Amino acid sequence: MALSRVNLTLSVNDTDYHLSVEPRRTLLDALRDDLHLTGTKKVCEMGNCGACTVIVDGRAEYSCLRLAVDCADQHITTIEGLAENGRLSPLQQAFIDADAFQCGFCTPGQIMSLQALLNEMPSPSDEQIMRAVSGNLCRCGAYRHILEAGRRACQGEGTTR
Amino acid sequence: MTIDTVEKKQPPAEEEKQEEQQKLEVADKEYGRAREAHADFATVGRRHTRVEGPDKVTGRARYSYDIHLSGQLYARVLRSPHPHARIVAIDTSAAEALPGVRAVISSANVKDVPWYETSQLFDTTVRFVGDEVAAVAADSIDIAEDALRLIEVEYEVLPFVVDLERALTPGAPLVHAEGNLVDEPKEYARGDIEAGLAGADVVIIEQTYITQTALHNSLEPHGCTAAWEGENLTIWSSTQSVWKVRSDVAEALGLSEQRVRVIKQHMGGGFGAKQIAWKHDAIAALLSRASGRPVQLMLDRESENLATGNRNSTVQRDRIGARRDGTLTAIDAVIDVATGAYQVGGEGSNVAGIYQGLYRCDNVHTMQRGVYLNLGPAVAFRAPGFVEGAFGLESAMDELARALDMDPIELRQKNYTGADQKEDKPYSLPDGLRLCYQAASAAFDWSKARTRLSGTRRRGVGVAAHSWMAGGGNPPGYAWVKINGDGSVDVVTGTQDIGTGTRTALVQIAAEELGVAPSCVAVQLGDTANGPYSPASAGSSTLATIGPAVRAAAVQARDQLFEAAAVLLDTQPSSLEIKNGAIMVRGAPGKRASVEDVMKEIKPHMILGQGARAPKADDMSVHTFGVQIAEVEVDTESGDVTVLQVVASHDCGRIVNPVMVESQVIGGVTQGIGYALTEERVVDDRFGVVLNANLEEYKVPTVADVPPITFAAVDVADPGSNSLGVKGIGEPPLIPTAPAIANAVFDAAGIRIRHAPLSRRRVLAALERQSKEK
Repeated sequence: MALSRVNLTLSVNDTDYHLSVEPRRTLLDALRDDLHLTGTKKVCEMGNCGACTVIVDGRAEYSCLRLAVDCADQHITTIEGLAENGRLSPLQQAFIDADAFQCGFCTPGQIMSLQALLNEMPSPSDEQIMRAVSGNLCRCGAYRHILEAGRRACQGEGTTR
Repeated sequence: MTIDTVEKKQPPAEEEKQEEQQKLEVADKEYGRAREAHADFATVGRRHTRVEGPDKVTGRARYSYDIHLSGQLYARVLRSPHPHARIVAIDTSAAEALPGVRAVISSANVKDVPWYETSQLFDTTVRFVGDEVAAVAADSIDIAEDALRLIEVEYEVLPFVVDLERALTPGAPLVHAEGNLVDEPKEYARGDIEAGLAGADVVIIEQTYITQTALHNSLEPHGCTAAWEGENLTIWSSTQSVWKVRSDVAEALGLSEQRVRVIKQHMGGGFGAKQIAWKHDAIAALLSRASGRPVQLMLDRESENLATGNRNSTVQRDRIGARRDGTLTAIDAVIDVATGAYQVGGEGSNVAGIYQGLYRCDNVHTMQRGVYLNLGPAVAFRAPGFVEGAFGLESAMDELARALDMDPIELRQKNYTGADQKEDKPYSLPDGLRLCYQAASAAFDWSKARTRLSGTRRRGVGVAAHSWMAGGGNPPGYAWVKINGDGSVDVVTGTQDIGTGTRTALVQIAAEELGVAPSCVAVQLGDTANGPYSPASAGSSTLATIGPAVRAAAVQARDQLFEAAAVLLDTQPSSLEIKNGAIMVRGAPGKRASVEDVMKEIKPHMILGQGARAPKADDMSVHTFGVQIAEVEVDTESGDVTVLQVVASHDCGRIVNPVMVESQVIGGVTQGIGYALTEERVVDDRFGVVLNANLEEYKVPTVADVPPITFAAVDVADPGSNSLGVKGIGEPPLIPTAPAIANAVFDAAGIRIRHAPLSRRRVLAALERQSKEK
């Protein structure tokens, strides 16, 4: 039951956070409830929906499936880390321009999945864009516009991060 | 305009054709005029990106789930593992003793809080797997879950029923002591149904159509954060109606409404399931009072799918009669609807509605019965009832077209009505549906769609139409327009933006009426303590209710602004006009002042315009209409149905923001594809347990399942709907998708599947039956 806590340092969006968590704390709960970085969303808690996607050492990962203690030495980027000096990233802007969301609850996860792709390859094919977000559910059904946002972002002036 | 139902005599065929042609020409002109009319507007009818867009793409948008208050606790609910049981004893002492646990509530210490029907918030009888038994607030969600495992409950297990047909057989277990039928059956009749089915030349389609239980699965679950300050309770609830949560929680907890404030800024989906207060709103409030700390109670995915609503399954026994020429002579539908364990309120599921009104028919009979089952309660789900009813009726119409060897659109047009036959009133836009047939047919490339493939991959096309009984708005609803000292404008209203773009549309409407740039206008909403009453954001009613109220408030505000400006410009208010924020004197080009100039002059006086949505017109019926055409490919080896394209044409009155309407339509069709092919709650009827209360096995569409969806807009102001001519588009796009797909599957493979969804298993079974019959 009551588990001993572990001290760890999480590097999130280029900032080091020192915290003390139970070993069972997921990265998702640590981000949301300990660091109050609530842009990363909690939906299914079992790796089905992609709403909690963050970039860990360059890879898109479901933060609900990672333990916080497991991520101590890794570089984590969340949706809060994309805009620089208040300037939206090209991908964020593309989501607005393509009307790629309605309720917006899946949006951070969609963007992080696509951002990880764009970091790897600046000019992905339509197929690669679709594959990148195929693990991100959108119940409002914005998929067609999400694909368009992905295409717009790579036609834009390049990517950040 | 002729009202179709008033015509008693059938005109001769040639005359009818000419009349039809004339109507089309009139409709065409109206359509063209409406399009041109937008040219006069600066912002209404034009593309405008969502005003909350930057907040949503950066993670700044604060949803109910994102509230973090100082000292906040986290709550979890213990739920019944039995479909029907009596709680004999409950022991929470071990849970209370767990370090980090701050409050535990259950039927042992919370009494006399009424909830569904005659039951209690924590009832001593549980009626479905997932029914609320106890709740814990703790320092973390993990500790709260640990505590649930320490609660000991002794149940006396009772007989249960989860099957719709079985629940109605004599001797079936009773969900409620009074019986398994919900109220009296709702019966409707006009004309003589048996006479309509009689006659040598009448072709009859007699079939049973079954629709599944679908789960909303909004990505943000139901839930809230509750906090007390003295006697005052604030609830940040993920809700489509802050006012309904306020009144329901106040009533249940015996509080004055003025002591309860409900806030909802951003919401991760609702789709109908969040239009009432649910138990968690009251539970969080009670846990917060017991612990003296703010409490967040957001449901986990399983709870979400068990206890906070679903689209009711249905059985529809239909008899449709028509003469050889396609004229409908009878529509009869006997409908059973699975209500679940409780009636929870909100929009009702009106399955019979689409049978009563979509086609001109003199002889119509419907009977709809609700049936209690030991399963989670049903609640409105995007066009409740009409989605289910459309699957039955529009499948049957396709069967009729085949039996008569008629084109399915021709058959539908032949039975066109411009009037609400149930209410005996004309539709406010009698040509709305006709325009949809036109726009959908024009946008769909029939020649391409008719390319047939041979072998194991077959292609086909299907069509379905719909009407929807709402969309014109749901008064009363109010708004204020304030002009601030610096010339900026606040629109204040108690409505909600549930992701549909309400904020953006209201900015556009206020900016248009005031004559200022949209960037000057901000919208404050979603807070019962900040702004006047607005109805639930449900029934496709938000824009059509609050848009006109905002317009009326803006007119008042502009009048006050002109009064002040007239003094400044030494003229009469009636001589003034405003464009792009510049107030000008007509005929005197040099005399002008900005809104800011005027406001600085009169500071600290403020301008406050108040607006209300006018009552509905009672001499006409406001409906929305739509037509969809789907093309599918059926793989006869795997049973896979792939949707290749959908063309969706919908009438929603004047379009305020075309891109947001397109998003709604595409989104609705996407949900329709899930409803048609993959979405189905599965219950093990031996145990009454839901097997797929998660997003792993409950299959909502993914990006890979959605084909190109073309929105063929019908952008015609509906003058009878309200002062803006707008109608809601939230619900309708989902209504005709599933039958259009089912009809396309028949066209492709010759298999008629009368049970939604058209899963691989059902497709393969139908193909097997087909090969045996050959």
